[in-house]
Amino acid sequence: MSLHVEDLRVYYRTLAGDVKALDGVSFDVADGEIMGLAGESGCGKSTLGKGLIRLDGRMRYVGGHVVLDGEELPIWDDAAMNDFRFRHVSIVPQYAMSALNPTRKIGRMIHELLRTRGASGNGVQQELERRLELVGLGPDVLGLYPIELSGGMKQRVVMVISTLLDPSLLIADEITSALDVSTQKAVAQTLVEFRDRGFVKSTIVITHDIAVLFQVADTILVMYAGKLAEKAPAEEIVSSPRHPYTRLLISSLPEVGVRHAEQELHGIPGRPPSLLDPPTGCRFRDRCPLATDRCLQEPPWVEEDGRGIACWEAAPVAPAAPSVLVEAR
Amino acid sequence: MLRLEHVSKTYRVGAFGRSKLAAVRDISFDVQPGEVVSLIGESGSGKSTIGRMVLRLLKPTSGSIVCDDAEISRLRRDALKEYYRHVQGVFQDPFSSYNPIFKADRIFGMIHAEFFPRVGADEWNQRVRDALESVALNPGDVLRKYPHQLSGGQLQRLLVARALLLEIRYFVADEIISMLDASTRIDVLNLLADLKSRGLGILFITHDLSLGNYISDTTIILRHGSIVEMGETEKVFGDARHPYTKDLLASVPLVHKKWRTNGTGGADAVAAAANGAAPGTAAPELFLVEEGHLVAAS
Amino acid sequence: MSSAPPTALAAPADTPQLKALGGPKPMSSLREAVHFALGNRKLVFGISVTVAMLLFAIVGPLLASHAPLAYGGDLAAAPTTHDGYWFGTTLQGQDVFSQFVNGLRLAFIVGALGGGIAAGIGMLVGFTAGYRGGVVDEVLNMLTNVVLVIPTFALLLVIASYLRVRGIMTESVFIGFTSWPWAARALRAQTFSLVSRDFVDLARLSGRSSWKIIFREIAPNMSSYLFMMFILLFGGAILIAATLDFIGLGPSNTISLGMMMQLSVQNAALQLHLWWWFLPPGLAIMAIVGSLYVMNVGLDEVFNPKLREM
Repeated sequence: MSLHVEDLRVYYRTLAGDVKALDGVSFDVADGEIMGLAGESGCGKSTLGKGLIRLDGRMRYVGGHVVLDGEELPIWDDAAMNDFRFRHVSIVPQYAMSALNPTRKIGRMIHELLRTRGASGNGVQQELERRLELVGLGPDVLGLYPIELSGGMKQRVVMVISTLLDPSLLIADEITSALDVSTQKAVAQTLVEFRDRGFVKSTIVITHDIAVLFQVADTILVMYAGKLAEKAPAEEIVSSPRHPYTRLLISSLPEVGVRHAEQELHGIPGRPPSLLDPPTGCRFRDRCPLATDRCLQEPPWVEEDGRGIACWEAAPVAPAAPSVLVEAR
Repeated sequence: MLRLEHVSKTYRVGAFGRSKLAAVRDISFDVQPGEVVSLIGESGSGKSTIGRMVLRLLKPTSGSIVCDDAEISRLRRDALKEYYRHVQGVFQDPFSSYNPIFKADRIFGMIHAEFFPRVGADEWNQRVRDALESVALNPGDVLRKYPHQLSGGQLQRLLVARALLLEIRYFVADEIISMLDASTRIDVLNLLADLKSRGLGILFITHDLSLGNYISDTTIILRHGSIVEMGETEKVFGDARHPYTKDLLASVPLVHKKWRTNGTGGADAVAAAANGAAPGTAAPELFLVEEGHLVAAS
Repeated sequence: MSSAPPTALAAPADTPQLKALGGPKPMSSLREAVHFALGNRKLVFGISVTVAMLLFAIVGPLLASHAPLAYGGDLAAAPTTHDGYWFGTTLQGQDVFSQFVNGLRLAFIVGALGGGIAAGIGMLVGFTAGYRGGVVDEVLNMLTNVVLVIPTFALLLVIASYLRVRGIMTESVFIGFTSWPWAARALRAQTFSLVSRDFVDLARLSGRSSWKIIFREIAPNMSSYLFMMFILLFGGAILIAATLDFIGLGPSNTISLGMMMQLSVQNAALQLHLWWWFLPPGLAIMAIVGSLYVMNVGLDEVFNPKLREM
């Protein structure tokens, strides 16, 4: 078991109280697995990603354990996590490509970064150039300023840097969101390539775009309002989703080929609940077409045969077509 | 009908404006009432520039934009204000479209003051309520609130409601759903389809091909400021002829089919092409390949 | 190696992202500002001192027993309660207290007028340049740079030699017309950053005219910035006036704080130990300008949540 997360709770402390951004999340990611973390804004996926590496000082660790390669990560301690960052756990943060210092050449920036991490030297330099070549960037990229690179090239540079020391866990936070469709494909496939070549052991890809996850992830984990909703292999989540939220989400995706005149798709009415004072029981209850009184009690996370779900009313293994759900409203 | 004829926009860049950047090159197309035209392109294709020129936030360098037989590219002041009674738009970032220090419904007050000064307060409030209901918003949920208290979807709908308070004939939707959550996107798109059925002509600007296919009658594919393929949506998507369109379609992540694993090569070709446009070259000519389907020479 | 997880950590500031996560209805920003304002020591200190001096400037001349420039008292007398010479007299027998409160009043007038004119021109130039851009911006930029570079001292000498009488008005106007460039620059930059926001485009689509947009959409968004800028211009004007007065280029028909300092130095007050002559005006200038700047720092913290000590 490469990564084991157990009942992780991370809140944000605000003037008005605690925002329960991540409220009891447990899952495993195996060696060589690419796990996709999907969900809409406010579901807690970014908090989870940053919480695993303790990147954000506003987070307040409340409880739970994170074990990587048999060793517990001290995610409540910013200083202690320093030994793990970059070497064992690495993150490509959201907007990383916009965060490159515009007054530094790429090569110099990397050099300074590696020096602060105690990882400079000829061997590292060669490895860096080799990997840049691999993702389709020649070594002359090192002599350019960030403004001379396109979005996709910058994203790939950031990905190479983040994985230079072969971390056990790579967290990719919305790395394809700001890119055009063609570069999106290139960057997503780079992620798979890194895994295939053994540069990283396990990967967590955080995005709101389930379609991209279907293309590159092995497993998809769907989150809602700070809790897990469903987890399954990528093909199964898309072809036979069981949790009503997942099913509504998948059915609202306009694939190339679906036209409004032929088939009107529907979104999910309402909004996610306030995480400052979340409702008791299932958090999707207010928007769920299948909600019953039983949902006033929080459904447990049940995992079997590689699929996990937290729902009382979840469909059995082979559900009806999603359109049935729409008519049920 | 809203018609663009040989519209171009060139910027001067560099120190003292020495070099030129052609953002839009020789664009011609039209939008009929009750039609949705999708302008699809990646970043740098000029699609937003076209949208802003139609909304007269920018002036074209050459060419003409005609709205119902009135040439609009040189309008000023009162004539321009008249134009805005008939053409409105909504932009990508809902939170940037509102002045953060004022309440969200101030946008209605602006329309009241500028376009309907003689309408009484009570009647105006009723009109506002009717407009809100026609975009599926509950007036009690959204009136008298600050923008940061509302969701992106609500804010975009408010902007559509604002446009409906005027008797608009054409509507420019510039990436209006890219910053919204997946679960609310479709509902806002359905709202656009509803506007279309009421007779509005809609210019739908997006980089997302699936969305364009879902809602539009006519599709125009843009690259480097010029049109590479345009025509009826089924024909452009079903029988794409231009290699750029084909590459784009191949790069869209689908939920029932995996990408063809040709490594990073194919996508890189598209990306490389996206970077290497020579600015001085003229726009490629369009050829009719079948009824309702034009393709540029590649 | 692994330590036990601790309990509470430092509380972070409220941010828009966190609000989007579903916070409750926040306090209106005005109430929030007032709440923080009252708790900010620098702001409270700055306002107190400034208001105290202002009151002194308003009430003082009413209490003065003698006209500022009138002779008649004992020469170079120390402060005494006798005859209303509370701050003593100058070497020529003039009432220092009367001169002092008169100078205070003039200082506030120069600050308000000179600072006001500078703010007005700065806003006009800065907003126009930032909103219109292009050629207009380049022309205004050139104008700003020219005025910035003009040697104001030399200019004032030339003006001074042509005018027979210079009053406080002339001085204020002169200060106003020469100290606006940096304000224009700053406002231009702020305007640039706001003009690209979509709500400005939306206002244009609503048929709003350019000036209406500038004053109803853009300016309110930087109201705190404008306020602080005016305070800086106010304080700056007082300081410039004091400097000009000190080197003898001040108003020729009245007496100000700077002129008191000048006369005291000219008459060797320091060597003659006439501390009551130069100490009050010097301290007053320091107090006003200093408290204004401290007030500004405090205001910055109130308006900018990131700087607050939480």
